[in-house]
Amino acid sequence: MKNITQLALNEKGIIKGFTNSDLSVKLMEMGCLPGVEVSLQLIAPFGDPLAIEVCGYQLSLRKEEASSILIEE
Amino acid sequence: MAKNFDLKIALVGNPNSGKTTLFNLLTGLNQRTGNFPGVTVDKKSGKMKLPDGRLAELIDLPGTYSIYPKTLDEQVVQDVLLNPKHPQHPDAVIVVADASNLKRNLLFFTQIRDLNLPCVLALNMIDVADRRKLQINLRSLTIDLGVKILPTNSRSGAGIELLKQALTEELPRPKKAFYPVRPLAEQTIDHIKEGFDLSEDYRAYQYAQQNKRLSFLSDLEKEEIEQIKKKNGFYDVPTQSQETIGRYALISDIIDRNIKTAIEGSSSLSKKIDQITTHKVFGYLIFALILLVIFQAIFAWAEWPMNLIENTMAELTAVTKSLLPQGVFNDLITDGVLAGLAGVVVFIPQIALLFGFIALLEESGYMSRAVFLMDRVMRSFGLNGKSVVPMVSGMACAIPAIMATRNIENWKDRLITIFVTPFMSCSARLPVYTLLIALVVPKVDVFGFINLQGLVLAALYLLGILAALVSAWVLKIILKTDLKGYFIMELPSYKVPKLKNVGLTIYEKSLTFVVEAGKVIIAISILLWVLASYGAGEDFENAEAIVTQKMADGSMGEDYEVALSAYKLEHSFAGTFGKFIEPAIRPLGYDWKIGIALITSFAAREVFVGTISTIYSIGASEDDELTIKERLSEEKNPWTGGKMYTPALGYSLMVFYAFAMQCMSTLAVVYRETKGWKWPIIQTIYMSAFAYLAAWLTYTLFS
Repeated sequence: MKNITQLALNEKGIIKGFTNSDLSVKLMEMGCLPGVEVSLQLIAPFGDPLAIEVCGYQLSLRKEEASSILIEE
Repeated sequence: MAKNFDLKIALVGNPNSGKTTLFNLLTGLNQRTGNFPGVTVDKKSGKMKLPDGRLAELIDLPGTYSIYPKTLDEQVVQDVLLNPKHPQHPDAVIVVADASNLKRNLLFFTQIRDLNLPCVLALNMIDVADRRKLQINLRSLTIDLGVKILPTNSRSGAGIELLKQALTEELPRPKKAFYPVRPLAEQTIDHIKEGFDLSEDYRAYQYAQQNKRLSFLSDLEKEEIEQIKKKNGFYDVPTQSQETIGRYALISDIIDRNIKTAIEGSSSLSKKIDQITTHKVFGYLIFALILLVIFQAIFAWAEWPMNLIENTMAELTAVTKSLLPQGVFNDLITDGVLAGLAGVVVFIPQIALLFGFIALLEESGYMSRAVFLMDRVMRSFGLNGKSVVPMVSGMACAIPAIMATRNIENWKDRLITIFVTPFMSCSARLPVYTLLIALVVPKVDVFGFINLQGLVLAALYLLGILAALVSAWVLKIILKTDLKGYFIMELPSYKVPKLKNVGLTIYEKSLTFVVEAGKVIIAISILLWVLASYGAGEDFENAEAIVTQKMADGSMGEDYEVALSAYKLEHSFAGTFGKFIEPAIRPLGYDWKIGIALITSFAAREVFVGTISTIYSIGASEDDELTIKERLSEEKNPWTGGKMYTPALGYSLMVFYAFAMQCMSTLAVVYRETKGWKWPIIQTIYMSAFAYLAAWLTYTLFS
């Protein structure tokens, strides 16, 4: 299963689902909903955290959290 | 005060929606900061005059993305809105939404709307939306959302008067919920509505979702709801997911219908700036440079206003001393209260500058980039990217810094940050460092251009940072928790900071510092004054006679006064205690005189300098550093007969002050923030032990 961390910089993807239900509640509040387009925008030095663009704004999250967001292949 | 208002209006909205700017515009300078009852979250409220002549109290609630709180600050929003008996429960709500980022902002709005609170929607940052070529059909959006919508531009102030006007009219309460939650949990909602006499489905649903978190419910009521949930098979997380998905589905439709976009995505200029500010080399360079500028400002620019305050306070003390009749009361006011007050107000310039810079960084949007950049590094020490702000603030003063830890969601990360922040060299250590460095570090250049005294000062700051990081790392291993924190944070677009906002933040934070720290420092100053002015035993009682006898030439002038006060201090309670602890501090190279200073400066570090000058009988008229320095360099070591203030002792003291807790106000704040004495006590013991060992090691190495 592909997740957000496997996207290349500036690559787009469509959210398919989540692997962690507690975290998904918070992520969905922030606009990361199944079916929504995201793109990987920034990778911090040392590879973590990341910033994605979703719902027209930038959201930063840790690699571990980002890996819980699954992307349609 | 609250009784003078005709109505209460709450301002709510997402972070970065320009809510605070709007608050400042609506209230002007008629603001006050207080606390919400029972919690330590700052409550900002202000007076707002409506066009119909009514006076409203406008309450600025902390920014939040939804009605489900993640942090202490957000918890307040929920308490205020869901509890009709809360003293701040509003008669009307202004929901602020960022028009350029409407979809996410509307989620919280629809939740508020479904609580059936009278509300208006302020479509803020309409200028940004225009720039992004967003065409918003206001009329049809108003119909779809069922509330009044006012476009505002909090940067220019456009739309503010119309917003005020809208508040004078009756706000329609929509008959139907925006998103009906009933199908999600019919029985649960009905049971709770009946049991708690509620009329809105969503309110009852919130009771079910958050029964454990709602502070206004009794334990019995919480349990009752728990039973209802159990009986009807209500599970928090899946239901909340369904709710969020359902709300967003409706919101998406509405956005698609009413907003036409020309360009997709967030600001491209912001993205370009991000390429530099989060770059693996330039990113850290820029961050380091910003910190450097801040320190430079705190130390260089704050100097003259600090001198001004010091001189004014000294004059005020002198005038008071001459005006009040001689006696105990005079001494208490001048040496106790005013001395304590002077110790607080002298830090205002530094604190104000620091908060000014932090506000600038936050307003501009840079701060969240610094957090983004530092998270990975900080995490290896058990901290969090968000610990950067409190730790940087800790270099001015630990009190506001510890209060700034509130936006760290994870309790463990927050606790560790609170625990280690006092290790950062705060401005109160500066007077101690300055005096001791001047005393024992020669004024020479190393490598021809680096000032050795400056180098030692920089090393002390570095020591503080290292101690903080090492301690955090140790705590990370010791503290076990199953609670996993997350780090989901918006990176707002860069903005040109609004100076009015920065100014108001400076004012507000400085005031909090003066009031919070001031209370403790003044109280302790009075206590210390008593301890240092009174004593038991014959030596203290007959001080005058004994000193007169000792003064061979029988002079009664200033020399006599100085000798008398030194003698009295030696035999006072504080002096007795200093002698009592002498054996314990002997290994660090300290005698009982320094012991007294250690005790008195437990209130606040800078008290050290004042106490030292009293102990070594430095006349009040010559109370400047040069004379203290001269007097100290003459002091003889009682054991060896050599110089007392050797480099070894100087360094040992500096290291001690770098690490020891020595600040009552910090303790008080930690007590408040951790809700108990456990952590402040552990922290004091840990820091004192750390300081003792480090000072002992330093003394041994240098002597």
